Amino acid sequence: MRITLHKSLLCTAAVVMVFPLASLAQQTKADFEARIGMESHIGHVTGHAKSAQYDYRRYCVGCHGDRGDGMGENFPWVDPKPRDFQLGIFKCRSTPTGTLPTDQDLSDTIGRGLDRSNMPPWNVFTDQQKADLVAWVKHFSPRFASEKPGTPIQIPAEPEVTADRIKAGREVFARVQCWKCHGVTGEANGPSASTLQDDLGRPIAAFNFTEGSRPKCGSSDQDLYRIFMTGLDGTPMPSFADNIKPDEAWDLVFYLRTLMSEPSKEKAIAKQLGLKPVDTNAPAQPSGQQ
Amino acid sequence: MRMGTQSRQYSFAASAIPLTLLAVFVVLSVSQPANALPAFARKYGLRCSACHESWPMLNYFGQKFKDNGYQLMNDRDAPIWQNASYWPITLRMTPFWSRESTSKAAVDTAPTGEQRMTTTGFNLSGLDILTGGTLEKNFSFLLVPSADEEGAFHFESVNVRFDNLFKSPWLNVKVGKFELDSFISEKRTLTLSESGGEFQLFHFIPVGDGNIFGQVGDNQIGAEWMGHSGNDRTRLSAAVFSSTDGNVDVPYGQNSYTGFFAGSQAFSTGKLGVQRIGGYAMYGVAPTTYLTSGGVPLPGSGIGNKSFSRVGFEGLFYLGPHLDFQVFTQHGEDSAWFGACYGEIMAGTCPDTNNNTTGILPAGARNPTWNGAFVETHYVYSPQLTIFQRSEWVRMSQQAFATNPSNLGDIDNYVVGYRYNPFMTSRAGFAFHNEYSWIRQRGTSPVTGTDLSSNSLLLGFDFDF
Ligand code: HEC
Ligand code: HEC
Repeated sequence: MRITLHKSLLCTAAVVMVFPLASLAQQTKADFEARIGMESHIGHVTGHAKSAQYDYRRYCVGCHGDRGDGMGENFPWVDPKPRDFQLGIFKCRSTPTGTLPTDQDLSDTIGRGLDRSNMPPWNVFTDQQKADLVAWVKHFSPRFASEKPGTPIQIPAEPEVTADRIKAGREVFARVQCWKCHGVTGEANGPSASTLQDDLGRPIAAFNFTEGSRPKCGSSDQDLYRIFMTGLDGTPMPSFADNIKPDEAWDLVFYLRTLMSEPSKEKAIAKQLGLKPVDTNAPAQPSGQQ
Repeated sequence: MRMGTQSRQYSFAASAIPLTLLAVFVVLSVSQPANALPAFARKYGLRCSACHESWPMLNYFGQKFKDNGYQLMNDRDAPIWQNASYWPITLRMTPFWSRESTSKAAVDTAPTGEQRMTTTGFNLSGLDILTGGTLEKNFSFLLVPSADEEGAFHFESVNVRFDNLFKSPWLNVKVGKFELDSFISEKRTLTLSESGGEFQLFHFIPVGDGNIFGQVGDNQIGAEWMGHSGNDRTRLSAAVFSSTDGNVDVPYGQNSYTGFFAGSQAFSTGKLGVQRIGGYAMYGVAPTTYLTSGGVPLPGSGIGNKSFSRVGFEGLFYLGPHLDFQVFTQHGEDSAWFGACYGEIMAGTCPDTNNNTTGILPAGARNPTWNGAFVETHYVYSPQLTIFQRSEWVRMSQQAFATNPSNLGDIDNYVVGYRYNPFMTSRAGFAFHNEYSWIRQRGTSPVTGTDLSSNSLLLGFDFDF
């Protein structure tokens, strides 16, 4: 089996991830105190870290811990592990890889929950509650005191689904080697799948498109677009912003739909076309790697 | 779950019968709510406080979890995700000390035949064994064998639920024995004491009335459709069940059913929180005419259905995260037949001879009607400490017979207390519980038929794991 992982991508990801991890010392109570004035701004709602203490204790502390380090009492029993907020690294962002998420991103994540993890959807909360919790989550990490969130990526208007676009999406899937991890059929059984680890060295599974589970960062077409164009920071799932052009990205979204179990227009077209999984032994498209 | 629910409630209606007093003193059972399930906390890694305002009372997140069929609606819902040795079992019991005092017990040596009687002592509640959860994604169940404090078991809840049929949260169907879908739940009340442990309106029966079937608070056997919006802001349900007050083997009517309908809407009011308002209606029929054998009414032979209804408003209002008010009202009406003590003639609620074989209503009998309300307040200082009160009033608006005093059977009930959880984890629940309650019912003392009041002071250790 040829080793053709996108080294450049993985390296960028690795540098971006490991650097803050290495530079971060355990935060103390005094550090938190200093940042207790942290705010969030979501639409016309302003969140205050202070106001979230009660809700955090009621709903979140058992997993994320008193110090936001993910060491709540459930830490030993939960997989994937509760997030360590002190790291300031987030999977679901509208912002480029390596940058901080926007307040809106964090609020959306809290409301949506993270499927394939113990993080529940908290969509019963009011916008105010979520905004307060966002500010509270942010106050655990020094990153939010010193950095601004990234600029959300531009997502062009969604084009019409066509057979050509789906076929083009399949080419992209082959070219940038999503299949290395996700497998040619999307069953998370690519050649690298069994070796994947997150930035903290914990084993992690790639997303299985065929099981009907929801992506952590949202299931709409826009969400899928965002997922592979920003990456899930802290995990091997990289950002492909440098390798996939915006128009191609939509093609890829349509192709991903054909792998998923839910019925869709894309799936119907793929069936009509008799679309086969990508052939990983075919000569690689010239795309600059190796 | 109330211990020995159907048989054990503090039934003022039966207070015409001297047995009631005996019941009050012999039973002294802590009314035991159910459905605080550390088994769920263990399954998902959530603390009690995530689902419970103060266990066992649900908060909005917990209500949604329940409405989804004990599912968080992520992919950890199916039991296949659990360690194979995981068993969704919870046990709950409460050792306690209490002081029970009643103003008028029937006493041979008392000059009026009545005198105050007060008893203090250590005691136990019954035991609830709660198992519930999912059999597979979208197949839920609840099974609650419940023992009274002497170990006699009955099945408090037994149901399966098909959730999210056709992937719609609007299609959930439950079959079996279940709690009626009032979002203000008596099974999850914070109050435990003898005279404050239940909602009077959930069990109210006018004095001398033979209709035990209209008790909103008793689990019933039937089928329920329930639907809700994705975030549970809107909730609707309709249930149909046998008019048996939850008793098995259809012991009353040949064809007697009751319907219970509930709906509510929640809305956000910014910093104050999420408010919920709604209503319920119960409408049913139950038999008044039985076949007899050797003069004894035959179970399951009842015909001559007469009707009853209960309708009311429900509201749950938050004033910020620490303070909330539950408001519940009821307008109730029974057929004049029940008012004249026809209906339940098996268990001695009414005399055997009240068998409606002629179809001629006793002279002067009218439909008994009443109105009532309660307001329960929770001051949730922290997820670990809650101070509560409930004030409840029931007023008869029409007596079955004009000769009855107009206030006969009216109830006033007040409860205050606090509940302190010294620790809070995702594994088990423990609460130090202290409560005082006082209740008065007009005209129901056992001998003189004057006002009867009682009070109860309870110090308990409520635990479940
Ligand atoms: C039952 C355990 C549990 C509870 C309770 C819980 N979380 Fe989480 N949370 C997790 C886990 C596990 C993850 C990591 C999931 C992953 O990496 O895929 C996570 C991740 C997160 C993230 C990171 C999202 C991202 O984009 O990377 C945020 C933000 C978050 N949780 C907020 C909250 C808030 C706010 C609460 C309380 C309202 C809460 N969590 C309660 C388990 C929990
Ligand atoms: C180096 C391995 C790797 C490659 C290459 C890769 N992925 Fe992933 N992908 C992952 C992992 C690991 C996850 C799971 C992350 C998690 O659950 O936190 C994932 C998750 C996803 C998800 C689900 C995200 C979510 O919100 O749950 C999508 C969609 C996805 N990948 C699409 C793609 C596409 C499209 C490509 C190619 C353009 C691709 N991936 C390439 C490893 C990879």
